[in-house]
Amino acid sequence: MADTPKPEELARIDYLPPLFRGWMNEPAEIRPGIYCYASKPKNLEYVDMPNPREWNPVVDDWKLPDNWQEIILDGIRERLEKFRSFKLFMDICVRCGACADKCHFFIGSGDPKNMPVLRAELLRSVYRRNFTVGGKIFGILAGARELTEDVLKELWYYLYQCTECRRCSLFCPYGIDTAEITIMGRELTNLLGLNIDWIAAPVANCYRTGNHLGIQPHAYKDMLDFFTDEIEEITGIKVDPSFNRKGAEILFITPSGDVFADPGTYTCMGYMMLFHYLQEQGLDITWSTYASEGGNFGYFTSHEMAKRLNAKMYAEAKRLGVKWILGGECGHMWRVLNQYMDTWNGPPDFLEEPVSPITGTKFENAKTTKMVHITEFTADLIKNNRLKLDPSRNDHHIMTYHDSCNTARGMGLFEEPRYVINNVCNNFYEMPLETIREQTFCCGSGAGLNAGEDMELRMRGGLPRANAVKHVHEKNGVNMLACICAIDRAVLPTLMEYWVPEVNVTGVHELVGNALVFEGEGERTTDLRGEPLAGMEEEEDV
Amino acid sequence: MPQAIAKAQKTPFIQLLAAGENPRMDLENLLIDNRSNIIRKWRELILASYPEGTQRFLAKEKSRFANPVGHVIDRDIETLFDELVKGEGIDKISSCLDNIIRIRAVQDFKPSHAISFVLGLKKVVREELEGSPVENGLWGQLQAFETRVDDVVLLAFDIFSQCRQKICDIRVNEVKNQVGRLLERANLVCEIPDSEAGL
Repeated sequence: MADTPKPEELARIDYLPPLFRGWMNEPAEIRPGIYCYASKPKNLEYVDMPNPREWNPVVDDWKLPDNWQEIILDGIRERLEKFRSFKLFMDICVRCGACADKCHFFIGSGDPKNMPVLRAELLRSVYRRNFTVGGKIFGILAGARELTEDVLKELWYYLYQCTECRRCSLFCPYGIDTAEITIMGRELTNLLGLNIDWIAAPVANCYRTGNHLGIQPHAYKDMLDFFTDEIEEITGIKVDPSFNRKGAEILFITPSGDVFADPGTYTCMGYMMLFHYLQEQGLDITWSTYASEGGNFGYFTSHEMAKRLNAKMYAEAKRLGVKWILGGECGHMWRVLNQYMDTWNGPPDFLEEPVSPITGTKFENAKTTKMVHITEFTADLIKNNRLKLDPSRNDHHIMTYHDSCNTARGMGLFEEPRYVINNVCNNFYEMPLETIREQTFCCGSGAGLNAGEDMELRMRGGLPRANAVKHVHEKNGVNMLACICAIDRAVLPTLMEYWVPEVNVTGVHELVGNALVFEGEGERTTDLRGEPLAGMEEEEDV
Repeated sequence: MPQAIAKAQKTPFIQLLAAGENPRMDLENLLIDNRSNIIRKWRELILASYPEGTQRFLAKEKSRFANPVGHVIDRDIETLFDELVKGEGIDKISSCLDNIIRIRAVQDFKPSHAISFVLGLKKVVREELEGSPVENGLWGQLQAFETRVDDVVLLAFDIFSQCRQKICDIRVNEVKNQVGRLLERANLVCEIPDSEAGL
């Protein structure tokens, strides 16, 4: 009853229709701290993207081609014909507002144009004006408006304030996936060379070298060699990963962030330890220095670019002659795989339906893509009692788990990560239900927005997530946030530093690495980070 | 109806100010008696700093997880008000200010707008006092109260600056954390290990 308006509130009728309330005529002010730097021409040129040139979002002249309106409208027309979903999503929204307050950017910023409905309306208004009879005749009365430069800039500004997390789509009674509208909108901006460099550079690097950072094969191997030494120092166990090995049964692909960015590096050490542990039981797995990226920033550019980058993983699997692919803890890699890969590059008939060589479990869910998520693989190992684990080695952590948007909403992976965590840790507390699983709040930095220059955007977008973490920190003493996404591992530490500095961030397989008990290993005094285990603090001080 | 609200509606602030009508006649008691009214108006003033389309959501959504901004405003201005009235509890005041300003420091506010909500309390209290007799002796107390509010504005400025500094720091830290160990791992540098520091 709390929400029932009082009579005097009801009496205050606003006779102005919503569409006249001004948002259409208020050009966006592109603010520092919110927008990301523009794509550099060399990164567009390398992958044949249009209109490569130096440009700056806060300078008036965006150096658009003369016929930019025609390009955008032709682009919309082409996509309306190609994607039935896009046509539906442009037409069927009744602006009920169910999605309006579900977006982390709206919740954190209070900017109404971050309501998913209004963000979509920025594009719909252009669609109506140019592609519907009502919009052509009635104009603003029908919620239609001309495509001006101001409109284009506003569209760009807000399309790159959406992390495509799809939380809003969960609440839409029509099933409109507003993230898909963002995806289409971003494709359109790319027709004019209007991407951000935090996306364009990884795309070019991934296309040429195989990963976002442009790390060459020898450097990739050097890093894993370094981890080999670190693992030996901590556990006394010498692991021996193999690279680019033809004839291996399984190819392992993980985000390059696991190899080069803390704290993902500790997760990478966890993978390496697990694979070494399973060698005796018959695991035959290889890393690739060419398919050295699970992430796919092409997905934040266009379907075509995503397809090109995704194809490289399968080309490498074919070259090496493996039977199937095991994938690391990544976010959008899995959404791409689960929802798009089969249409773009499938079916990969040269691969076999994945079967765990350790337990014999068939991963029927991966029948067509031939790619298994590592938490599925590890959960199956634990379920079949194939790992000796000492969860007390993670007793210095009081855990909670952040469902990464893409693995949660994009592929329904809820239970496996929790099952693994609960078997390798003794202290685990869930965040409130409305902030986890399919309702999980985004890290606020996904879909290519994990740059540095947009830090205010990231902090406000991550507020709802951080707020829930803060709750379990205060209530249960949680000091460690687990996740299964490389972008999460890169950005959540920063988010925590601003909102809940007492909480650190880890991947799930870092915890597995800590708990895994090898035959004949000495007593461990530290975890993979070199921090003392619970009860070992004094020994570390000596 | 909660007792405090009933009392506030029954006893307008301005009437209470008329000397001799209330046995507990001092500003602190007046502010306590009118607590819910003042906080409500102060809250409305703060919410008005957000765009029109957002205000209703911030005011109506009661889940602290679905609406962290509205929740923090609701919760922390109450504590702020109580501590200001008591004239003590600098730690609590700082903590409440931090909760609110940490949010506003990353929203679309100019620095002055981000902290101006504190001054809003003066406005609300003065409006409540408007038209009351000057000679009743409460104005001196009001001036003291307003000085405390001014002090809190200065504190708010410090906190806002700290939040903005933090934004700069975390940008730098993020880069450092991501690439800091790369040189070491690539065997390009060999730093003095911690365990040998005392040698």
